[in-house]
Amino acid sequence: MNWDVILEAKNLELFGTGILTTLGLLFSSLGVGAVLALVFALLLTGPWAAVRWIVGSYTYIIRGTPLLIQVYMIYYGLGQLEWIQARWDTMWPWTHFKEPFFCALLAFSLNTAGYTAEMLAGAIRETNAGEIEAAQAYGMNRFQVMLRIVLPSAMRRTLPAYSNEVVMMLQSTSLASAVPSLVDVTSAASRIYSDYYLPFEAYLAAAAIYLVATFCLIGVFRLAERQFLAHLAPRKG
Amino acid sequence: MQSYLLAILEGSVLTIGVSLLALVVSIALGLIGAAAKLSGRPVLVAISTLYTTVVRGIPDLVVMLLVFYGGTIGLNNLLEWLGSEATVDINPFMAGVLTLGFIYGAYMVETFRGAILSIPKGQAEAAWAFGMGRVQTFVRITAPQMVRYALPGFTNNWLVLIKSTALVSLIGLKEMTYLAKQASAATRSPFVFFMFTAALFLIYTTVSLYALRKLNARYSLGTKRGTL
Repeated sequence: MNWDVILEAKNLELFGTGILTTLGLLFSSLGVGAVLALVFALLLTGPWAAVRWIVGSYTYIIRGTPLLIQVYMIYYGLGQLEWIQARWDTMWPWTHFKEPFFCALLAFSLNTAGYTAEMLAGAIRETNAGEIEAAQAYGMNRFQVMLRIVLPSAMRRTLPAYSNEVVMMLQSTSLASAVPSLVDVTSAASRIYSDYYLPFEAYLAAAAIYLVATFCLIGVFRLAERQFLAHLAPRKG
Repeated sequence: MQSYLLAILEGSVLTIGVSLLALVVSIALGLIGAAAKLSGRPVLVAISTLYTTVVRGIPDLVVMLLVFYGGTIGLNNLLEWLGSEATVDINPFMAGVLTLGFIYGAYMVETFRGAILSIPKGQAEAAWAFGMGRVQTFVRITAPQMVRYALPGFTNNWLVLIKSTALVSLIGLKEMTYLAKQASAATRSPFVFFMFTAALFLIYTTVSLYALRKLNARYSLGTKRGTL
């Protein structure tokens, strides 16, 4: 084992860049994904059957195909469409489709939105009927019931499943290394591997970084659950 | 164009092969790990817990690259140390099967452990009272009953495993995703090929989901369901 190579300033810097890219991709895709997921979940539980069907097919396709293919589809596939080709040199927002970071971000956001929307929609459907009836008895309309009663409770109940999704997303960001010229933790390791021919050291270092990040995320979600799900925790003593 | 599509269709055989073999490996590891966790022996519990925690905290891709590139060098160093002249190449197929099996084994451990814990304790105790050994108890009593509890988690793991087989293309296995990428580089029409591959994956996951639902219904026969 030759760990000195990993600890060289140049390579530590490479891993540093990788960590920044990985975390940047993770948090921005989770942010965009969460907003989309909220909209999709409301549509999935909404009154229009046609819209429910369309959003349902979207989540089914997203959840039934590999993320790698979704990334390829956006990064390589969209460039084939003449409609995009005609616009991506000059016209905003299509100019972004030439940037690897944007393409990866778009693929990850659409992916996590599909999974999170189904979770949230499940929690909305499972809301206690008595709570909704009580709200209606107070004279709240559909919008108010959603905003004041159903969503605050459903979002809390989604928290444990969502923590799994966030950890899965962290690991999925390693697929960014499949997009050339994007340096995340995995491609930093691959670069060190090909420069020095040291696969164990390079990939074990990457694995350690992911492991630490995973434990931090799990810790944060434990704290969040203690805060927001205290009313559902088993009684002590 | 059509010959490329046909090639991708042929590649699907490899995808199915990798996923099914990896499933077998993961079920074996899952059963061993669950048995170790439930054995109550501190060393076995510690090893099994380490396995499930570490593997589930590292991306599949990193484990795969580690096994594929690291494994080749490691094996060759070992052979050299043993004084052999031979060199081995780990082929992408075996590397894919072993890594996917190793990774999803960790998820299976938790699924199987939960399923075994869901079976009333009296069942195994009754079997012991009849004089059955540990193996007989597992084969005759525990295994048939745990299927029903394990199926929902198992279905999830299997669907994720299928999708993970696309990653094996990154270490050079010529399965659907790899061929689709090659075809799009050759013809400059990536959209069609990735759509086609995505559709094949969707068919595979849909068929699996349907079959496992049928199986679930079969194993849930005779179970009383509470109604509100």
